[in-house]
Amino acid sequence: MARNPDRPLSPHLSIWRWGPGMTVSILHRVTGGALAVAGLGVLTWWLWAIADGNAGYERFAEAAASPLGIVVLVGLTWAFWQHFLSGIRHLVMDSGAGLELRINKLFSVLTVAGALFLTALTWAIAMGVFA
Amino acid sequence: MSVGESSTPLGRVRGTGSAHHGGEHWLRERLTSAALLLLGLWFVASLLLLPDLTRGTLAEWLASPSGAVPMILFVIVAFMHSVDGLKTVIDDYVHDEANRLLATGLLYLGGVGAAALALFCLARIAFGAD
Repeated sequence: MARNPDRPLSPHLSIWRWGPGMTVSILHRVTGGALAVAGLGVLTWWLWAIADGNAGYERFAEAAASPLGIVVLVGLTWAFWQHFLSGIRHLVMDSGAGLELRINKLFSVLTVAGALFLTALTWAIAMGVFA
Repeated sequence: MSVGESSTPLGRVRGTGSAHHGGEHWLRERLTSAALLLLGLWFVASLLLLPDLTRGTLAEWLASPSGAVPMILFVIVAFMHSVDGLKTVIDDYVHDEANRLLATGLLYLGGVGAAALALFCLARIAFGAD
């Protein structure tokens, strides 16, 4: 479809002052995409490796423990918690609540802080810090 | 009011979204998200609570009813929610009708195919001879 250059484009990302609400909104979409593609990809590979036998599982475990594997797994853990918390935010907003400027800003900042905290907590438990 | 004209605001906006449908898709995305809050927590907590993540421990856990049934649900609901979410992204960014249809078709093919593969793996773990 050809665009008429005389007509204005809707204002794009660069025009707005970056705020917590729009940061969390785009993070929700980015983390959702990452979880859908990379997350379910890793999950399916993991299930395949468990079903396939010891040699297949060895390969998965080796890849998971490599530097790149750790970055992917920590990244997916963060994406999970960010999408989890901002998902709760969206369910609350769908009900019509939490749309006032101040509470919306606070809720947005809390999802980011909460996701970072839960990612650190998850890996601390996984590495036996509390054992 | 002529035939085919709706008197309610809902009736007037139905079918006018970017995908030309949407109520049930919107609702399913939210229902699966609520289910995933529980299933996702179950998945992460289970991995953290298992004594170790060796293949033997994982296979035994996933072959038991308390491991296999929630994991089957997690796989099905996570794939449904992912396909719904990516479909929303396609509807938002792919404006050309033919490209949108192609992208949607590839998404469903990939989503249903990968989900079938994941479920087959779970069945093999639960019923496999190994």
